Amino acid sequence: MASDDVFRQILDPAARADPYPLYAELRETPVFRREDGTWVVSTYREIVELLHDPRISSDRRNLAHRPEGDVADGMGGVSFIATDPPEHDRLRRLAVRHFGPPHSAGRVEALRPEMLAVTTELIDGLTGHTRADLVDEVAYPLPVTVICRLLGVPREDEPRFHAWADAVVESLGPGEEDRAEREQARAEAVSKLQTYLADLAAARRDAPGDDLLSGLVTYEGPEGRMSPVEVIATSALLLIAGHETTVNLITNGMLTLLRHPELIKRLRAEPDLIVTTVEELLRYEPPVHFLSSRVALADIPIAGTTIPAGAPVVLVLASGSRDPAHVSHPDTFDPDRRYSEHLGFGGGIHYCFGAALARLEGQIALQQLVNRLVNPRLVEDPPPYRPSATLRGPRHLLVDFDAVSPAGP
Amino acid sequence: MRVVIDLTRCQGYGQCAYLAPEVFTMHGDEAVAYDPEPDEAQREHVLRAAAACPVQALHVDRNTMRHWTAPVRRLGDGSGGAVRDGHIVIVGGSLAGGRAAGVLRREGFTGRLTVIGEETHEPYDRPPLSKQILTRRVPAAHARLPRLREVEAEWIPGNPATGLDLSTKTVRLADGREVAFDRVLIATGTRARPWPHEAEAALEGVHVLRTLEDATGLREALAAGPERVLVIGGGFTGSEVASACRELGLPVTLVERGPAPLVGALGGVIGRIAGDIQRDHGVDLRCGVTVSSLEGDGAGRLRRARLSDGSTVEAQVAVVALGAVRNVEWLRGSGLAAGPWGVACDAGCRAVDVNGLVTDDVFVAGDIARFPHPVFHYQFMALEHWGNAVAQAEVAAHNMVSDQAHRWPHLSLPVFWSSQFGVNIKSVGVPTLADQLVVTQGSVSARRFVAVYGYKGRITAAVTFDQAIWLEFYQRLIERAAPFPPDFRHVDMRRDTGPGPAEVPERALAGEGATVVVTGHDPAERSASLLYGEL
Repeated sequence: MASDDVFRQILDPAARADPYPLYAELRETPVFRREDGTWVVSTYREIVELLHDPRISSDRRNLAHRPEGDVADGMGGVSFIATDPPEHDRLRRLAVRHFGPPHSAGRVEALRPEMLAVTTELIDGLTGHTRADLVDEVAYPLPVTVICRLLGVPREDEPRFHAWADAVVESLGPGEEDRAEREQARAEAVSKLQTYLADLAAARRDAPGDDLLSGLVTYEGPEGRMSPVEVIATSALLLIAGHETTVNLITNGMLTLLRHPELIKRLRAEPDLIVTTVEELLRYEPPVHFLSSRVALADIPIAGTTIPAGAPVVLVLASGSRDPAHVSHPDTFDPDRRYSEHLGFGGGIHYCFGAALARLEGQIALQQLVNRLVNPRLVEDPPPYRPSATLRGPRHLLVDFDAVSPAGP
Repeated sequence: MRVVIDLTRCQGYGQCAYLAPEVFTMHGDEAVAYDPEPDEAQREHVLRAAAACPVQALHVDRNTMRHWTAPVRRLGDGSGGAVRDGHIVIVGGSLAGGRAAGVLRREGFTGRLTVIGEETHEPYDRPPLSKQILTRRVPAAHARLPRLREVEAEWIPGNPATGLDLSTKTVRLADGREVAFDRVLIATGTRARPWPHEAEAALEGVHVLRTLEDATGLREALAAGPERVLVIGGGFTGSEVASACRELGLPVTLVERGPAPLVGALGGVIGRIAGDIQRDHGVDLRCGVTVSSLEGDGAGRLRRARLSDGSTVEAQVAVVALGAVRNVEWLRGSGLAAGPWGVACDAGCRAVDVNGLVTDDVFVAGDIARFPHPVFHYQFMALEHWGNAVAQAEVAAHNMVSDQAHRWPHLSLPVFWSSQFGVNIKSVGVPTLADQLVVTQGSVSARRFVAVYGYKGRITAAVTFDQAIWLEFYQRLIERAAPFPPDFRHVDMRRDTGPGPAEVPERALAGEGATVVVTGHDPAERSASLLYGEL
């Protein structure tokens, strides 16, 4: 029962700044049952096994006891994040077709110049200042601009969908006790977002562009096409996930680097280092801490216990990536690790759809910030955090600096 | 720069193809092809791709093949009994031999190390030879493996071993030199089984595919635009060559003795699916027939083949893909249990002599090793798989420098992979040790599925078509001897095939060509000897 207390503490906003000691306590019982019947998995090996276990469903309709008011998919309608194969595979393939290999292999890479230009412009905007909130000035606007461009969503509509997306994100979380209320708040926001995207999809259907939304509404292949409901659900998922997660990667990244000033020096001198720095960030301070909507389809024997069929399962990704049984000195931030496998983007068939995009955005934003902010310092440590324990990151990151260097060649 | 993907580990996430699209390309959902020696200008992209691989299967410049981040136990840590000096000789400089050399140094072996290779190249990777090199996606020479590390070793290339003397502990080389050893690793692998009729095999246009030179020659022959290519044998190599030909737009006829391609490895049920895929891609597939003869024109160029059903195939290029022959001839008379089956060894890679006794200083790894696998009833098996060569070399090298208390068994389950016609086929376990088969996940008609093999009520193998991400789950079921058919609920449960017979062919005995004779009565004088026929 001690573990249940630990889990409650993790969900408490007071633990947001440093949940890692609590994760270490969780790992003492790699797989345990909460009082509400949720099974929590916190060790690397067990998480990886379950991510690749076909007896684990992402469709909450498989729960033995569904809370009243629960909807199948908080993102609105049926998107691939909340479905199982074969539906999942069909929907994801129809979406990947317009985003990645083999059909759109160069698409993410082709966004690089634009990402760099947007980042440069955002940091240029800090010139003349000596203090900035990096969340509002850089970490949030960069991914939102990129995902808008990619999806074909007008950037000027951002204030509208940002409020809806925030409401959705804050409703995500492990635990069943207040899920019904959270689901309701989420459903309201989702419904507004759906209406917005439905109008946009209709417009793209009439006049397609080269954006992803146009691809989703127009493509028809051997496996058929996405239904209008599926298009809306998929684009809502990509819009929300595309900008509510990368903001944390960039912000957690700057926070971590500012706590390791020697790395800032190294990053200025060793441009290749940013690649492994971002990987280590995904392990050490990941944007997504939990996967909390999985369900056991059968009795699953694991780590000396058995998760019963129909039970909700929470995978604590951020704990698994710091499991000392998997990685040596897990609480040390070390971008020189080699062959570092982590759970920063999950794993298995639900591996983060936008991982490549997030990696590039993180690499570009952090490299530019490090290169251009002269003598950056944290104003407060820890900074204030967003309430969500799932998508965890600072709400603000105030940084003082002496000046802003001009953009490099 | 040099790149290799450990495709045994790869699960087809495709992250490399997002981040370095000019080096890594996806063929279909899951199969990845790449340039093993990309241009230096791609370095930044390749490093991003390597860092991003979710299973860290991508190795750049250095090939450490380490997949755990916790510290490795090294020699010299007080474990005792370790061999750190002396002279170790590795016979065979390909994947297993090259890998063992690196592992020996990693394990802390500081003595003299000699690698004897038949070929003149440094170790290269063979899988690209039947794929991206044939299709000219990458230059012919682009197959060298990343160096394990700068191995301090004496390399003797182009000078194959011709004999092994256990009494004097020496290896004899083709140039007459004798190399003395304290411990020796036998990793001479296999060679392509040639077309049995010598004169026909010598016709211009008749190829085998095993070495870099073979691949270069075949690539040129395909580039010349033959009117038709004949592939003899529908195993993995033959099927991949047919796939490459279709990718090049060349008409191709594949002749397979069995009822379908891949039957020998995967059984009739899966073989038929592979056959359907081939036909859908325009392969003229002829099963249940053999090639009776190859005929040339007056200038000694291949013109046509006569098949056992009386038909003929007009073709200018023929690829003989009839499997491999183990390179054991140099071990004749050595006193080891070496024959057409390979070189017998224990699960710790120590060679077995002709009497079935385990030797202390002779080790075996790779395609040539025949070892008992505890998971499969201690049956002796030789596995001609990339992943086995790597894993077994690792175990052999470790055991060569470890004392009895610290030896490892080679217990990893066989895993292999093949990409053909845009489909990634992977398997774990031993599909030929099966009486039943069921498609658990996915659908045969969609050609994305997981097929599970069972033998006497236990799961023994699984094969995936574009579903590699699930393979490790089934590997754990095999390791736990889980019941067949699987009796649990899971995602994507369509069950459109089976459970039913797996249609695995009767196994041919490997001993053809050598006979064991036992002499003597008293236990102290009883002994076995090997009588060789034609290999």
